[in-house]
Amino acid sequence: MRKTRKPPQQINAGSMADIAFLLLIFFLVTTQMNADSGLLRKLPPLNTDAEPPKFPERNVFVVLVNANDQLMVENQHMDVSELRAATREFILPACNDPDQPVCMDTTLYVPGAGPKQVTLTKHLVSLQNDNNTSYDMYLRVQNELIAAYNELRNELAEEWYGKAFDKLTDDQAAPIKVVYPQNISEAEPKQAGGPQ
Amino acid sequence: MSKFKKKGSKEAPPISTASLPDIVFMLLFFFMIATVIRDTSILVDQEMPKATEIQKLQRRSFVSNIYIGRPIKEMRSKYGDEPQIQLNDSYKSLKDISDYIANEREPLTEAQIPLMTVSLKVDKKVKMGIVTEVKQELRKANSLKINYAATEDVNP
Repeated sequence: MRKTRKPPQQINAGSMADIAFLLLIFFLVTTQMNADSGLLRKLPPLNTDAEPPKFPERNVFVVLVNANDQLMVENQHMDVSELRAATREFILPACNDPDQPVCMDTTLYVPGAGPKQVTLTKHLVSLQNDNNTSYDMYLRVQNELIAAYNELRNELAEEWYGKAFDKLTDDQAAPIKVVYPQNISEAEPKQAGGPQ
Repeated sequence: MSKFKKKGSKEAPPISTASLPDIVFMLLFFFMIATVIRDTSILVDQEMPKATEIQKLQRRSFVSNIYIGRPIKEMRSKYGDEPQIQLNDSYKSLKDISDYIANEREPLTEAQIPLMTVSLKVDKKVKMGIVTEVKQELRKANSLKINYAATEDVNP
C-alpha cells in the first residue's frame, strides 16, 4: 500500500511582524540618536614642581575674559567676532615686527613633496578667564582660537597636498602641526569680579 | 462544458503580509546600528553652547560624561538653584570625580587608558568657576583628554 506523502506543514509567520514591531519599538524608546560632539582639548599634566617656562612678551598673545564676559586681547578691548582674525595675524610669522613672535627658519620633510623651507614662530596663546565668566563665552573664545588654527592648517594643507587638513593621514598632518602647533595655555582663573 | 471552471468565490485574494516582517526587521536593524542605548537620565539643565570647530567623538566606550548645570525643575526644591555636578545617576561633589574616573578606568586595559576622553557636558549659563574646579580635579586624576560638549553652529 502506498502512503500519500503530505507536504511539510507551513509555519504561520503572521505574528513575526508583531514580534519585530515590539523589538523595534523597544529600541526606539531606549536608544538615542545624537552622537556626541564638541571641542576636543588636552589638559596640561599637573606638575607643581616645574617652573613655568618663561616666554618673552612679544611671543605671548594675551586673551583675557572678565566676569562680565568682556574680552581683552593684548590690552585692547575686542569683540569676539574680531578674535579669529587677530589670532590668525598673531600666529602667522611676521619676523620684522617687534610685536610679533620671534621667528626661526627650518626645513621640514613633507611626505610627497620633499623638504620644504618653513618659518616657525615660538608663539603662545595665553587665555585667562574669571571665575564668573560664563561657560558660553569661554567656549566661544576657545572656538575662535581653535578656528584660527584650523584655518591656517587648512590653508597649508591645501597648498601642500590639495586637501583639507582633516582629510590628511597622520604622516601628512605631522609637519603641518609643527608649523602651527596649538599652543593655547590656560592660566589659573582669578576672582577679579569679586565673590558672587 | 468548459474545461476551465472557476472555482470558489470571486473575492479578491487577501494581500500577502509575508514581507512585512522583513521590512520591520530592516527598520529594526537600522535603529540598532544607528543609535546608542540611553545610559543615564540627566538631572541637570543641559543647553549646549554652540561652536563651529566641533569634532565628533569616536569610540563611545572610552567616553565618560560629566554633566554640570542647574538642577532640573523637579530637583530644585531639594538641591537649590546652584549648579550641580552629575556623575552617573546622581549629584556628586568635586571630591567624587577622582573615584568616578578610577571607576571608569577599571574595565579598560593599560593601552586603552590614554584613549579615555571625559566629555564635559556643561550648560551654557554655568559660570566658569565650577568648570575650572572640575578641570583641576581631572588633572589631579591624570585624565587629560577632555571634550567640551557643544552643538554645531549652523549659521555662525
